[in-house]
Amino acid sequence: MSSEGDLLHTVTADDISDGRKRLGKAMVWGSATLVAVLALWQMAFETGRVAAGFDTWRPILYAYILWAIALCAAQVIVNGEKGKRTLFVLPAALFVISLVVFPLLFALYISFTDWNLASPNGPQPNGWDNMREMWNDGFYWNALKNMMYYVLAVSVEYVIAFGLALLLNAQIRARKFFRVVFLLPLMLSPVAVSWMIGKSMLEVRFGPISRVIREFGGEPSFFGTPEIARFMIMAMDAWTFIPFMMIMLLAGLQALPKEILEASRVDGASGWQSFKEVIFPLMLPVSVTAVVIRIIFKLKLADIIINVTSGGPGGATDSVTSFIFREYRDRSNVGYGTLLAMVYLVLIVIFITLLLKLVSRWMERPA
Amino acid sequence: MNAIFKDHEADSHERTKWWASRIAIYSALLIWTVICLFPIFWTITTSFKLAPDVMKGNLIPWVDFTPRWKGWESIGISPRLIGEISTVREEFLKRFWNSTIVALSASALAVVLGSLAAYGLSRFNYRFGFMRNSDISFFFLSQMILPPVVLALPFLVLYKSLALLDSRIGLILLYTLMVLPIVIWIMRDQFQGIPVELEEAALVDGLGIWGAFLQIVLPIALPGMVAAFILSLVLCWNEYFFAALLTATNATTLPVMVASQTGSQGINWWSMAALSSAAILPLVVVAIFLEKYIIKGMAAGAVK
Repeated sequence: MSSEGDLLHTVTADDISDGRKRLGKAMVWGSATLVAVLALWQMAFETGRVAAGFDTWRPILYAYILWAIALCAAQVIVNGEKGKRTLFVLPAALFVISLVVFPLLFALYISFTDWNLASPNGPQPNGWDNMREMWNDGFYWNALKNMMYYVLAVSVEYVIAFGLALLLNAQIRARKFFRVVFLLPLMLSPVAVSWMIGKSMLEVRFGPISRVIREFGGEPSFFGTPEIARFMIMAMDAWTFIPFMMIMLLAGLQALPKEILEASRVDGASGWQSFKEVIFPLMLPVSVTAVVIRIIFKLKLADIIINVTSGGPGGATDSVTSFIFREYRDRSNVGYGTLLAMVYLVLIVIFITLLLKLVSRWMERPA
Repeated sequence: MNAIFKDHEADSHERTKWWASRIAIYSALLIWTVICLFPIFWTITTSFKLAPDVMKGNLIPWVDFTPRWKGWESIGISPRLIGEISTVREEFLKRFWNSTIVALSASALAVVLGSLAAYGLSRFNYRFGFMRNSDISFFFLSQMILPPVVLALPFLVLYKSLALLDSRIGLILLYTLMVLPIVIWIMRDQFQGIPVELEEAALVDGLGIWGAFLQIVLPIALPGMVAAFILSLVLCWNEYFFAALLTATNATTLPVMVASQTGSQGINWWSMAALSSAAILPLVVVAIFLEKYIIKGMAAGAVK
């Protein structure tokens, strides 16, 4: 797995003196010690063992940034040319590690405490209590079940997006106009969409869609029954994100080799036949990428739900994210909410891994 | 041989079929155009309506109703109020400004960090412990599946102790983290498309690897970087979840402001519509003028 694309090979003869090496190491260890000392000091101050200390942990953050800079600089000082190469990846890696790995470890700790921001006690470890509570929490399982429905809705979005991509790829006039228009929903913030569509167009008394339904003699009710409410959320989410899949599929269509399409036409394939036998199989890799990425985005679905239904009626539209959001917002239940989030993360990782495994096995098999 | 001669009997059938397919294609296109544009049209026209217009369901400006500035006056933007001092406008502009700063800086930071990492990963062999290039790439890209809700609560506590709660810097850091995998994904694709011989030539001519990167590769990869930047901008501008949890008064962004007013529905539709229009207009303009880059960004990686 060492060769991925073109690799740039450089031969360098570095002659780094011992003094330089010592300087670099001293910088890294010196600043690391500073971070450790400040952190220990502050911890002692907060637990009341030392009288003087800082108001916040901000100085420790500054020391940490200093350490990160020293680490980057030391790469060049100690390793010379090789260090300069490391310097490309190191800043991003440090950034991600410090913003993801540390908070995740911290999250793991709080998820086993009974921390409630409203209570004055602070976090107290409570073992498996949160786990047991989760096991008996019908609303959480309900939210997970809803996520399944939401993810399944991706298949419909995929069909529509593929259709639109085919339309845009056909011989049409004003292609650029249609492309811009079809792209527009993706640009809109889900919060704005939830007002524009969810709260005004679907408003029961004055919304234009309600009016149309009443014209036809129906009685509009969009968020009253669980099924329709869920469908409405799916539709709004689909409206914003169909352009995303559409653009990816369109790019795939435009990259198809023209010769093969022409060959199939010369061989007398009808439109539907050439789609079924040629275009669709050739588009499979792009389709898989688009659908997987869309599912990943779908698993984060929350903004629209929070703003339109806040999970109602009776939790029928809740996604996991919106449920945990309310768990925190309404009940300040940090410990329990974090455990739910961690469990969700584990489930997502398992699900995506299985999905990718399945897809790669299925793709290898000849169609 | 018949099909070649257009005036032949057997050809008229072909022509009706051609017309039928044309009509089908264009009507499908038009239907979807309406689906895409109507909510936007509705929001913008509603912002110029008065209460009776909303209740009567008037649709077309100047025909059904006379546009009024009432909705825009509620956020202090109208010809009448433009010269005066208005607290609502100040409030709105503050949110707008927050959104702009946060989105621009987060995208810029993500593009800088992401491009460097993507370039390194597409050109050099790394070994950090057990991790090789493909593992490092996977580590970066796997951040994409991390749901925001997992990070939200730890960050809330963390930011509280760092006094970063309700500050723009806090949001910028999180948003950078959020878009970084996407930027790396797009940029890695870009750099892999640039032939390595260019840098080899530059190295022979005496540039260092950083010199070759900055002077030779960067100008070529610029369109890709713009694409990544704009895509990040869209995501950051629209982000709601973190902003709702981590900001309270000083650093709230536009989506939070819109969301905080959606509760009051029914009576003041026009002000909500004006606020929503103002929140979406910048990106609509971006979409119209920079559509090429957005599509380029999203297409990257889709087609290998």
